[in-house]
Amino acid sequence: MTLAKKSPKPASASRRKFIISSAAGGGMMLGFSLSFNAQALENTATQVSKTGASGSGAELNAWVVIQPDDTVLVRIARSEMGQGTLTGLAQLVAEELECDWKKVTTEAPTPGQNLARERVWGDMSTGGSRGIRTSHEYVRKGGAAARMMLLQAAADQWKVPVSEVSVTDSVITHSSGKHKTTYGKVATAAAKLTPPDPKGIKLKDPRSWKIAGKSVKRLDTVNKLDGSKVYAIDVKLPGMLLAAVKDCPVYTGKLVSYDESKVMGMPGVRKVVRVNDHTVAVVADTWWRAKKALDALPIVWEEGPNANRSSASIAEQLAEGLNAPEAYAMRDENDALKAIDGAAKKIEAVYSTPFLAHATMEPMNCTARYTADKAECWVATQSGEAALAALSEESGLPLAKCDVYKHDLGGGFGRRGGSQDYVRQAIAIAKQMPGIPIKMIWSREEDMAHDFYRPISQAKMRAGFDANGKLVGVHLRVSGQSINAFLSPVPLPGGKDDRQLQGYYKEPGDAQLGYTFPSLRVEYAMRNTHVPVGPWRGVNTNQNGLYMECFMEEMARAAGVDSLEFRRQFMKDFPKHLGVLNAAAEKAGWGSPLPAGRFRGIAQFMGYGSYSAAVAEVSVSDKGDLTVHRLVSATNCGHAVNPDQISAQIEGGIALGLTATWFGEMTVEKGRMQQSNFHDYQMIRLAQYPKVETVIVPTYDFWGGVGEPTICVVAPAVLNAIYAATGKPVRNLPIKNNKLVA
Amino acid sequence: MVKLNVNGKTYDVNAEPDTPLLWTIREHVGLTGTKYGCGVAQCGACSVHINGNLVRSCSYPLSAVKPTDKITTIEGLSAKRSHPVQVAWAAVDVPQCGYCQSGQIMAAASLLKKNPHPTDRDIDEAMTNICRCGTYQRIRAAVHMAADLNTKGGRQVATDELLNHTAGLTVVDAGKV
Ligand code: FES
Ligand code: FES
Repeated sequence: MTLAKKSPKPASASRRKFIISSAAGGGMMLGFSLSFNAQALENTATQVSKTGASGSGAELNAWVVIQPDDTVLVRIARSEMGQGTLTGLAQLVAEELECDWKKVTTEAPTPGQNLARERVWGDMSTGGSRGIRTSHEYVRKGGAAARMMLLQAAADQWKVPVSEVSVTDSVITHSSGKHKTTYGKVATAAAKLTPPDPKGIKLKDPRSWKIAGKSVKRLDTVNKLDGSKVYAIDVKLPGMLLAAVKDCPVYTGKLVSYDESKVMGMPGVRKVVRVNDHTVAVVADTWWRAKKALDALPIVWEEGPNANRSSASIAEQLAEGLNAPEAYAMRDENDALKAIDGAAKKIEAVYSTPFLAHATMEPMNCTARYTADKAECWVATQSGEAALAALSEESGLPLAKCDVYKHDLGGGFGRRGGSQDYVRQAIAIAKQMPGIPIKMIWSREEDMAHDFYRPISQAKMRAGFDANGKLVGVHLRVSGQSINAFLSPVPLPGGKDDRQLQGYYKEPGDAQLGYTFPSLRVEYAMRNTHVPVGPWRGVNTNQNGLYMECFMEEMARAAGVDSLEFRRQFMKDFPKHLGVLNAAAEKAGWGSPLPAGRFRGIAQFMGYGSYSAAVAEVSVSDKGDLTVHRLVSATNCGHAVNPDQISAQIEGGIALGLTATWFGEMTVEKGRMQQSNFHDYQMIRLAQYPKVETVIVPTYDFWGGVGEPTICVVAPAVLNAIYAATGKPVRNLPIKNNKLVA
Repeated sequence: MVKLNVNGKTYDVNAEPDTPLLWTIREHVGLTGTKYGCGVAQCGACSVHINGNLVRSCSYPLSAVKPTDKITTIEGLSAKRSHPVQVAWAAVDVPQCGYCQSGQIMAAASLLKKNPHPTDRDIDEAMTNICRCGTYQRIRAAVHMAADLNTKGGRQVATDELLNHTAGLTVVDAGKV
């Protein structure tokens, strides 16, 4: 293909509308509709290419900039929060670009730049394990298109057909051996060519990948080793002041008054600010001084009717849902109710999982600056565009006058997704002190008290067996709080919320239940509380995986069949689910003898387009102390872009899953959260972390997520192993609340 | 005005005596590699060395620091990330989000100084910092590697040796399923 010279693009003055999708953890749109004048933004667009971070260098397309010294700058639109998406995306671009991996570096466009360039970088939001699986195609095509243009530019220069030109590691050669050049030398000429039609670009067979598919080292490690990485909490701006905030401890409560005269004389204090009708902030010259003054500030709250709510009353509300006559039935196949009613043997179990806080290591924070014609923020966000929308809405300035400077996150886990509450707070404070950059930092206590918690739920699981011990039906009902109901202003009719039944879907592809039971009924009883909820890494697969897979253990025992064998009976139609289950079982040596006192548990479940299975090995001491010795995890995420980083995500997911299973609970008393810091919201530590082994079994025929899927098999594998060890099921999380031995 | 010796440099600090050392370092000295995670000595993100001893600086008031005390933060641990712990951390690709890692590295450096060849048990006992991203397995591997690097004179570690240090990662092309 010969590429022609680019014709200048006429500026469009039409008004365009963009929808910003702003929820982590999948699918939900806040439906933020943004209008702006595209003409006004053309200027910004020009500015971007002239003065963007890439400064020098030729922009081949949105994804690839090449500098004269052959440095390749890959633009990354998704947020990096430790999950390694930055490295994986760069690998995919570099693979098609055929550049020298050692010369690859990355930069992030701002959400404002994205809007200004008509969202050329696509969706910037990062949640639902979508970073790679929903952008692999266009970023690879970006790399391939750039390669084609670079080769064409070399061919033009040498006056030879492009078919005689090839490239290895950024070095272009002519088949005659007479000509040789590098990407850096032809990049400027290449950038002037018309890009190829993306539809005609043929991508490589992933089985032939040389950079992608390999365990290359992360690109973003160096400045995490010496303290030089600037997280949002580390931002310094000239004249900056610091803010500490306090929101009403009871969600839905109100701020009545405060007595600022008591703190205005304290060192460094500059101002006390009403942030909104339920939040107050102290602004000072250092954060510590701001926090001290805030702690000393007399505040009157109107806590409202929810101050009566407690974990006990919420548990009652959910239990009522388990037995209520009405519930939304997402699946009803072969009349499970009747089959179980007429069964020779019936079993039933009720499980529960608590609210959980995200507790990212870096507490919520945001630095904002407001002037009459510009609102800006420096922030760790999973959704730069949701932050931009929040900034615009709260500041009252149009989007074109706002921008968001994203910093890599000190942990996200869904907390820094759609809500952007901390952006709203920071700009609300900054608006009251125009021109002064305000860095607002939450204390850990504030962070624990004002999260969007993993929703609380209970599940009632029932099964029936015939006289020969054969399973005839499964009936499950989940009762609990809905994330969608919390996010959506529109009530969900009939409590119909499939997302709360994530992992039990009949449809393939995303979170399909991997069993065909003789009959099955899956129900959801929506029971909402006043506690704000949101996506928490793995979202509902965690709870639902636990309910299903622990009950599989109970059913296997009732049927008198080995738990692995029992599962296999129902998995004939689910070869990929079965594939990971078998891989985990084999690696773990399922069925082989164990040292005395050690027991295994197994589980498999699907979420985020990927298949996961795990085998746990535990022991329980005479005193009831739990040790998790080993955790083998298998995953099929379709394509393994960076196996070592997939392993890292699985290792991390296991830590998060173990923390949740063992210790995690946020309880409610007098309408507020009782846990306030890591002393009463314990995290797993190194000493408690098992030996983790990972098996990746890619089938190269789909793109699945990596950051979240494994977590949902951790709890059931461990709980099933405890059941094996003690002969008693643990049905209520966390484990720490259960006496494991009598 | 208090004199503070941080990473070999003297700073005049104008902070109240009850200011935690963490916030003194971050906001008065201006070094932000030392992180705030909990403020109550639980997480270790704020770990620094005072005269070579590991301290959780969020719970160490400025008033307890003597002018003669030598404070080392992550920025002062080594020149150009050359400390064996930092080298091993890079080799094993320990950090995920990285936020806890300044503290983890400071804790590991302190452990190795006292105990150049820690066993897994020693590591369990010494490395009590929280990592919410869950990098514990790699931290353990990297501490062992750093111990090796220390004794073998900082030589480069071959890639396959690295892989032995990390998890039993297996990739199996499952073909068409
Ligand atoms: S911030 Fe000091 S131990 Fe957590
Ligand atoms: S690397 Fe994220 S908290 Fe440890």
